[in-house]
Amino acid sequence: MHNFLFGIYPYIALSVLLIGSIVRYERDPFTWKTSSSQMLRRKQLIIGSILFHVGVLVIFVGHLVGLLTPIAIFDAIGISHGAKQLLAVIAGGIAGVMALVGGGMLMHRRWTDPRIRKTSSFADIAILALLLAQLVLGLATVFVSLQHLDGHEMTKFMSWAQGIFTFRSGAAAHIEDVALIFKLHLFLGLTIFLVFPFTRLVHIASGIFAPLRYLFLRAGYQLVRSRRHRPLEERRRAYDKVQAKRGPTATTPAE
Amino acid sequence: MRVRAQIGKVLNLDKCIGCHTCSVTCKNVWTTREGVEYAWFNNVETKPGTGYPTDWENQKRWNGGWVRSASGKLHPKQGSKWRILANIFANPAMPEIDDYYEPFDFDYDHLKSAPDMTAFPTARPRSKITGERMEKIEKGPNWEEILGGEFSKRSQDYNFDQVQKDIYGEYENTFMMYLPRLCEHCLNPTCSASCPSGAIYKREEDGIVLIDQEKCRGWRMCISGCPYKKVYYNWDTGKSEKCTFCYPRIESGQPTVCSETCVGRIRYLGVILYDADKIEAAASAERETDLYDAQLDVFLDPNDPEVIAAARRDGVPEDWIAAAKVSPVWKMAMDWKVAFPLHPEYRTLPMVWYIPPLSPIQNAAQAGQIAMSDQMPDVRSLRIPVKYLANMLTAGDEEPIVSALDRMSAMRLYMRALSVDGVRDEAIAARVGMSGRVIEDMYKIMAIADYEDRFGIPTAHREQNEHGADIRGGCGFTDGNSCSTGESGKTTLFGGKKKKFALPQETF
Repeated sequence: MHNFLFGIYPYIALSVLLIGSIVRYERDPFTWKTSSSQMLRRKQLIIGSILFHVGVLVIFVGHLVGLLTPIAIFDAIGISHGAKQLLAVIAGGIAGVMALVGGGMLMHRRWTDPRIRKTSSFADIAILALLLAQLVLGLATVFVSLQHLDGHEMTKFMSWAQGIFTFRSGAAAHIEDVALIFKLHLFLGLTIFLVFPFTRLVHIASGIFAPLRYLFLRAGYQLVRSRRHRPLEERRRAYDKVQAKRGPTATTPAE
Repeated sequence: MRVRAQIGKVLNLDKCIGCHTCSVTCKNVWTTREGVEYAWFNNVETKPGTGYPTDWENQKRWNGGWVRSASGKLHPKQGSKWRILANIFANPAMPEIDDYYEPFDFDYDHLKSAPDMTAFPTARPRSKITGERMEKIEKGPNWEEILGGEFSKRSQDYNFDQVQKDIYGEYENTFMMYLPRLCEHCLNPTCSASCPSGAIYKREEDGIVLIDQEKCRGWRMCISGCPYKKVYYNWDTGKSEKCTFCYPRIESGQPTVCSETCVGRIRYLGVILYDADKIEAAASAERETDLYDAQLDVFLDPNDPEVIAAARRDGVPEDWIAAAKVSPVWKMAMDWKVAFPLHPEYRTLPMVWYIPPLSPIQNAAQAGQIAMSDQMPDVRSLRIPVKYLANMLTAGDEEPIVSALDRMSAMRLYMRALSVDGVRDEAIAARVGMSGRVIEDMYKIMAIADYEDRFGIPTAHREQNEHGADIRGGCGFTDGNSCSTGESGKTTLFGGKKKKFALPQETF
């Protein structure tokens, strides 16, 4: 069972996440959205949403860097496991509390405000509940971590995560003996990956790529779309060529 | 020079009777769906008033439009790209639905299904969002109709800037006018500039600004970006929607629904050629009062052989060039200078222009002593303060407005002389810098306003860039998901309900 949950389930979850998201993006682009409810009720959203999103993003990046950076790199630049764990506990703890407070506000708003409640789907409420549960579990692990500050426990998770991502069999064995609460946290995290493409969470992907395109790929501000297939310069050259041949009576060439 | 064409629009406020036919026909075609009941792609406001949504003109409050920095660069008032992205989790400048109004319907069914009661059954309002009873309706899409509400509230109107407004609260001095509003299809739209997803774009061929429903992710920056508050968030689909300029109709040479159905014949559609290379400089004009002239400078004269040659070279079709030559929009904006952009100070270079209304002489009791200049009433003594119109249409510059009103009142005088006395009084025309022939043309287009004179819409040229074979078996208009219906029963795998898309059935 342990091997299934932490050796095979991660692949199932990640596969569904990847393939499901691609299918949804290709097949149902209209449903790909943030589902913002700010228009219906501003109250509680401004503070709640900012706290929640900033907290979750810090946690997400922390997990990504913390789990997937090879242990050798930390050793090479001289960050001890104990120091890394301390950093994770403090930064993660603060961000976790932020996200929990913000998420709590959002949940309260979603549950009690008639406008938001009425327009929420089951998935909207369920995914927020899952995320809150995950935040509580994550924050609860802090207390377990504080009992062993040498950072050894943490390296187990790094080995596990890196094992999964490098397709090594037996990755699950690394976390065989960790505390139950860690296992619950991992399982719930994988489950959130699993349901990702079926919920509003897909907007995370857009939240990462859209700003990059907006900032770095869009020259200036405006967007103009043309039905024509060739860029203006090319069309102008083609027109000039035809003009030169036909004389000045020629009219607009067809595309 | 980079020549592009746009179907521009002019609304002759002098003839608007505030009947709301435009709003209703528009709504029936475009926004009867759940999620956009509160949205009116076209609405008619009574001015002076704070409008819909409340106080939309006040950009200190809503942060719409552009600002020019000290270095002369433009950026959206709500912030440059970084600032916009920083607000992505919660947009502080976005209105709430209550700033428009909470959509409601009445319990009509109760009128016929009520049991035997001592009191007569009534139809009470119910929220269209929650379905709950609404005890009091606080606001509607046309809350200030015909000067509804106290003057103290309506006088918050932004156009009263630098107007001694207190006297207009008095019964004898009161004035009003109608302002029909729709998306301006700007040359420099802030909505598209603010969209992180790049879902909003301007069409090169006809200048229509559209939102790609498949690309919109619901970041909501367009709603605060647009200074006219003409982008609406559909709370059901989670996407933004706006006036489409009825592009399927425009493409086939028909006027938009609001223009087609306008009872007062106040709406004009015509081709305007413009120089895309001049947009940025025009929008960055240093003084706000320069923006009107700067925009005139962006438009290109369709009778200039050089412009025609450049237009052909840049792929503007022949019939579009021909339509530009007879465009009523060109005549009113450029030849006669009677039409003006709505709030040019927002620096969006709007393309729906307005002819200011004439109004009765301010004090009827003094009609005998009214200031006359050269037998014409001084337009500065008309009931609607010129400054008020100038704040609305020329960023406060009164001169162009006075000149337009003079020309319109000269047109009346000239035509009166012609039809009553049978005299072509060239002196009247000359006083406003026109000729009798031009005034008669102006009369034909602005007063008679025949269908053919109001609308000069060439069809789109899809044949130039589409191959029949490629679109064979295509999906035509669909409800947002390209060819995919994504349907399996009532819900879909990817979230929530999905409505069946059905074309309206014709019944005879």
